[in-house]
Amino acid sequence: MEQGITENIYQGYLKYTGRKVLIIFLIFLLSVVLGIYALNAGSTDLSPAEVFSALLGKGDRRLNVIVWNIRLPRIAAAFIAGIGLSVAGCVMQNLLQNPLASPSTLGVSQGAAFGAAVAIIALGAGSLHSTGAAAVIINSPYIVSVTAFIGAILTTVIVLMLARIRGVTPQAMILAGVALGSLFSAATVVLQYFASDVQVASLVFWTFGDIGRASWGEIKIMTLVVGIFFLYLMANRWNYNAIDGGEETAKGLGVNVERIRMLVMFGASLITAVIVSFLGIISFIGLLGPHIMRRVLGGDHRFLIPASAVMGGFLLLASDTIARTIIAPVVLPVGAVTSFMGAPLFIYLLTRGNGGR
Amino acid sequence: MILSVDGIEFSYNGRPVLRDIKFSVNRGEILSILGNNGAGKTTLLRCINRILKPKRGTVFIDGDDLFSLSSREIARRVGYAAQRNEGGRITVFDAVLLGRKPHIGWEASEKDMKIVREILASLNLEDFSLRYLDELSGGELQRVIIARALAQEPGVLLLDEPTSSLDLKNRYEVMKIVKDAAKEREIAVVLVMHDLNLALRFADRFLFLKDGTIYDCGGLEVMTPKNISAVYGISVTVEKLGDIPVVVPL
Repeated sequence: MEQGITENIYQGYLKYTGRKVLIIFLIFLLSVVLGIYALNAGSTDLSPAEVFSALLGKGDRRLNVIVWNIRLPRIAAAFIAGIGLSVAGCVMQNLLQNPLASPSTLGVSQGAAFGAAVAIIALGAGSLHSTGAAAVIINSPYIVSVTAFIGAILTTVIVLMLARIRGVTPQAMILAGVALGSLFSAATVVLQYFASDVQVASLVFWTFGDIGRASWGEIKIMTLVVGIFFLYLMANRWNYNAIDGGEETAKGLGVNVERIRMLVMFGASLITAVIVSFLGIISFIGLLGPHIMRRVLGGDHRFLIPASAVMGGFLLLASDTIARTIIAPVVLPVGAVTSFMGAPLFIYLLTRGNGGR
Repeated sequence: MILSVDGIEFSYNGRPVLRDIKFSVNRGEILSILGNNGAGKTTLLRCINRILKPKRGTVFIDGDDLFSLSSREIARRVGYAAQRNEGGRITVFDAVLLGRKPHIGWEASEKDMKIVREILASLNLEDFSLRYLDELSGGELQRVIIARALAQEPGVLLLDEPTSSLDLKNRYEVMKIVKDAAKEREIAVVLVMHDLNLALRFADRFLFLKDGTIYDCGGLEVMTPKNISAVYGISVTVEKLGDIPVVVPL
């Protein structure tokens, strides 16, 4: 009799976890469908047949260039960057035990913007073209990426060092991050004050965030970094669940909370730095992805991490597709779209409370 | 004898919190640590499973020096239920499965799942197994926390005020669970408790902690009005109601 009851519990549990796997798979499938749509949408009208033949490399030169060098990298970059930002937000919220934690909480985005400002204003890496679709171009995108990366990593290192001095508590980290973020914002403003109109315009353009900046080389780097980080997080998924049960509980289960916190903060900041320095600042994905999935699947990181990943990829791909198509041929900055979509959706999620499973 | 604590000393910011703590607990036995707030009770529990690192002293479990083991190995031998527990958005089944963490490599095995099912059944938590923790009542949550600690399959179980936020009925039910688990699984239980009458009912031995040192330690014979008055700073009488000893403040 008792055997039967425990068997029932287990069957129920397997059904419950199976449902989570199914949802993750469905979101992935939806992303693939969206990707196919995005491949067919754009300022140049291409029929699905033309796109298909170009994918196989059988189209004419112009077609191949549009599909392989413009649209496909854009879709891949959006998906990968979305995954990275979303999983980074997911584990930061867990380890800082703060639902509002995301890469910008630790000042990473502000540090990157300051780095870009140094390159564009002090090193003269930006300029203005009066003709062409995009009036502002960055002369030396690599210099901007490198300085933005340095700015972001510098912020992280300082935050982690400060946190180390005061003991690695979530509060110490958040306070240090907020303080440093506003310091870098102030420094950026000062730089802008002494800059020319052109330089300020270039900087503003850079901070908007634009998926189209990524070429295959950058996508490879992002994929590598995000991939390694994702595997590391999955290997630690039980630890994050333990930490959700409270720091004391986690330590009682043999989890080295401080060490994991330092490593994950560094990893999350690193992938954010890579993504932001290539694509510019893209907000809200690190909050939206994990929060949506937490509502749908609950807080079990065995499923929440992969779910946040696919959701983040889906959201950024959707945002970029909207940015490209809503008032085509004008391409809106994707950072603005994520905020426009993100803010109301986020408020909706908050007001809905804890209902639903 | 399974747990033996020998000469534990702990300081916080140079201020001594625990001095010369020595005691041992047998399998199947419940030891209750008693004392005022700030006497060092919680600190003592955390020193036993090395959440805090004592300045001096050793802890032996089954003759092994605990401080030479990794934190994962300690977690396989010592279960711990903290005073404060977050009721997050995970199911009861997953919360108890988390207790298997010290034993799990990459993924939970059939054996882990089986142990979780058995513990859920033995604590009458089957009907809750797919409920989220933040939907449970205080008594239900406390049972889940104890179930998680039992899932660690420990030889020693540390409980920090397991009943402090519970109503009368749940207090006795939770303590009954602990008592049964100690007997059936032959676990040595060390718990911190404020309710002296509850301690009298369920604990086998008592340890009075005062100003960071052991004031007295032993069986029922140490639960005298004199000891209790000295440790708590309030005069009491210990009477028997039928067969049940009770402490009444005067």
